[in-house]
Amino acid sequence: MIIITDQHLDPNVLTDAVRDDTDGAVITFEGITRNHNDGRGVEYLEYEAYQPMAEEKLQELIDEIKEKWEIDKVAVAHRIGRVDIGELSLVIAVSAAHRRPAFESTLHFIDRLKQVVPIWKKEYFEGGDVWIGDPGSERASA
Amino acid sequence: MKIAIKLFAGLRDRAGVGDLSVELPDGATVRDAIDAAQHNAPKEWIAPTSLMAAVNNEYVEFTGTLSDGDELALIPPVSGG
Repeated sequence: MIIITDQHLDPNVLTDAVRDDTDGAVITFEGITRNHNDGRGVEYLEYEAYQPMAEEKLQELIDEIKEKWEIDKVAVAHRIGRVDIGELSLVIAVSAAHRRPAFESTLHFIDRLKQVVPIWKKEYFEGGDVWIGDPGSERASA
Repeated sequence: MKIAIKLFAGLRDRAGVGDLSVELPDGATVRDAIDAAQHNAPKEWIAPTSLMAAVNNEYVEFTGTLSDGDELALIPPVSGG
């Protein structure tokens, strides 16, 4: 299950999608928009995706962790558009017979997502906005 | 040949455009297409050293050659999650 959406994310949908009677563990990771970054207050985030490629890269990452760890199913959902403080921007659910591969593969998945999946985050902070990872894009608000 | 170029995030903001269509000679490379995108954008922009490129959803080297009808995505540093 791969979802890229401008709608609210429901972690239960992903957890239910990966659960099976053969699984003794489900790890559900929730990435949340926090109210501070780099020592300044954050007002909200805005995400943009190159959707067809992002979906393809997410599928490749699912295949990658399934090859490397003994896990069962993987579901991932990423928000696009405006995401307010306290809302979920990312949910990953991984099921496995045992907890260790579920934990390890989930962490690896997030790390890789942040490297290769074409999704961008714009931070609206007090006094301006900036594309994260692209400091030259910072603008003061009008 | 005709190449569709997509620009994202901070790159699109700098160039003032998200979609461009450029005509290039056969054998043109990703680098040639980036040069054309710089030439054809409404605003002057410089390719950052961290820029990545993808053709038809796969990351490619700037020396890679393009084919007619390819979609070239110019990808500034990603920041999902």
